[in-house]
Amino acid sequence: MKRALFSNIWLPVALLLPQLVIIAVFFYWPAGYAVQSSFYLQDPFGFGSTFVGAGNYQSLFRNNEYLKIANFTLWFTVIVTFFSLAIALILAVKADRVIRGAKTYRTLLMWVYAVAPPVAGFIAVIMFNQSWGPLTEFFALFGYRFQVGVNFNDTAFAMILTSIWKQVPVNFIFFLSGLQSIPRSVREAALIDNRSASGRFWTVTFPLLAPTGFFLLIINITYALFDTFGIVDTVVKGEPGNNPMTLVYKVYVDGFRGNDLGGSSAQSVVLMALVLALTFVQFRLVERRIHYT
Amino acid sequence: MMSSAAVAQTEITLWHAMGGALGESVNALAEGFNASQSDYVITPVFKGTYEETLTAGIAAFRAGEQPNIIQVFDAGAATVIAAQGATVPVQDLMEANGVDFDIEDYISGVRYFYADSDGKMIGMPFNSSSPIMYYNVQALEAAGVTPPATWEEFQDVTAPALVEAGYIPLAQSHLPWIFTENFHSRHNLPFATNNNGYDGLDTEILVNNPAIRAHFTALRDWQERGFFEWYGTGWGDNQTPFEEGKVAIWLGSSGSFGGLSQLDLPFDFSAGFLPYWEAVTTSPTQSFIGGASLFAMADKSDAENAATAAFFDYLASPEVQYVWHRDTGYVPITNASYELAKADGHYDRFPAAEVGIQQLSLPSGEHTRGYRMGFYVQIRDVMNREYGRILTGETSVEDAFNNIETEANELLARFAQTQG
Repeated sequence: MKRALFSNIWLPVALLLPQLVIIAVFFYWPAGYAVQSSFYLQDPFGFGSTFVGAGNYQSLFRNNEYLKIANFTLWFTVIVTFFSLAIALILAVKADRVIRGAKTYRTLLMWVYAVAPPVAGFIAVIMFNQSWGPLTEFFALFGYRFQVGVNFNDTAFAMILTSIWKQVPVNFIFFLSGLQSIPRSVREAALIDNRSASGRFWTVTFPLLAPTGFFLLIINITYALFDTFGIVDTVVKGEPGNNPMTLVYKVYVDGFRGNDLGGSSAQSVVLMALVLALTFVQFRLVERRIHYT
Repeated sequence: MMSSAAVAQTEITLWHAMGGALGESVNALAEGFNASQSDYVITPVFKGTYEETLTAGIAAFRAGEQPNIIQVFDAGAATVIAAQGATVPVQDLMEANGVDFDIEDYISGVRYFYADSDGKMIGMPFNSSSPIMYYNVQALEAAGVTPPATWEEFQDVTAPALVEAGYIPLAQSHLPWIFTENFHSRHNLPFATNNNGYDGLDTEILVNNPAIRAHFTALRDWQERGFFEWYGTGWGDNQTPFEEGKVAIWLGSSGSFGGLSQLDLPFDFSAGFLPYWEAVTTSPTQSFIGGASLFAMADKSDAENAATAAFFDYLASPEVQYVWHRDTGYVPITNASYELAKADGHYDRFPAAEVGIQQLSLPSGEHTRGYRMGFYVQIRDVMNREYGRILTGETSVEDAFNNIETEANELLARFAQTQG
């Protein structure tokens, strides 16, 4: 890489300043505030407050339910990430081979991308309606009474299915463009060396897709942890009850619904620590194995 | 510009959580007030659910941008009343602005729920409701039974006959409100220490008692025998099967009356009091009010406070209350408006519309005034979670109530610290 040299120190500073200000105002300041309020219990209107030290954290980790939610979030993230990536990859590989009507296929596969998470959740609510939902009726054919909002696993299934469905198109677009950027010469050379299509895929195409895949892995983990909020909220209809929920939704439930600022700040700080740890793992351990062309 | 300078009107805002048809009723109310005089203009703003409205109000207050009036629901009342500098007690506001105010004008079930421990009214009851029992008239006729007065009657007579007639006998839409808070009130059982929480912050919940444990044990038993069905925590999921004619008896809000009347139901419905356990009490008492009240927010100019007081006065007038009651199904909050509704023959036309207010006017008891607990939204969430687990067989009634008691007391202790 070429290093650009500036003769005047103030020009680069001036160029960076807007970005730094935005980060400071919209990230560091609120994050710092969250850390501070996680050590207090305060009246939501801002009248009284008590310094409780690590009390909010202690009551969090003493609470069995919080640990259960953390456990659910872990499984939710793993499943949603894995299937969103796997399904998108299969679709991209297949769509890449299509010659006739390729554009139509691609457009059809992409357009779910435009659906907002709460709308996706709302579609799930309709599909899984307890009285007349088409998917509920489908399960009834097999003698299974599918009840979103009643049965924990059924509700989790609906959330996971919707989250995957919503995310596959994004991954599909990236995988497809990744596939199309693999040079023709490389593919042709591989064709001569290896007759098995799956062999060619795993030894040549897949490693060349790794940078795309790594990028998508990060995007998808972030999506499953945070952006599925709208889906979770819509599927549980705003009532947590005995339904599954993710850590982010729990922050909302306690902070915005319950006005427990100290407790929900502590939860946000835990989430921030989690994201920092994930980022570290991703860049230190995973990215080193990736070959960028 | 010239005319507005000549007749300076004071503008105030009202943040509320009434969506859909109820929102239109609120708008009509505001238009009525604006047309009734020329000094003040009120603008109602819909802010989403009850929880969202309260949170928006809190955020606005902290930024100094609070509305003049905010609608706060029953479970959020402790939060807003504990923050004493956030609101002006409605009673003080009325007296300061020379508006006649007598708490005795309000019907007894409504009077003290949003009051402080001395009985001073802090929030003005607005959309007040009570959980009542709706029933499908044809279903009960087909089964040859009358609406049950007690749970014993339901269990021994009503439910078996309804099952025989091909109905699911019972569903309900809100376990914490109907089968917990109002369970205590109907049976005059203490719900929390400190006079149900009104007298102090070091309150402990008394929800883990034999009567309610027996009730949930019965529910679980009824569920297994096909007497009761639970469709999840969502309100509508439990109301729909009643509207579809599958469920014969549904416990909902007296405020559901307006909505049910507008539907083209395939059957006639009527309503009765929330049943009680004869084994627990032979003299059942009134229920708590649900719904929400209006709070005048603090740090507003005298002119704006005068406008707010004028609006509250307009709202409490018998004619306005009667229209609100008739259109929405919420109970009339004053004795005068109740009398007006009676005189107008409203209850001759719709007997079910009177059930809510009759139930709120039943004899009161030591523990029926209401309850005041902080972080109550989360306490309800804990209840919903544990009840859901009871009804899906994931936990036992004993474990569930132990958990509710422990977690609720922890939340109450934490809330007390927020006021430190």
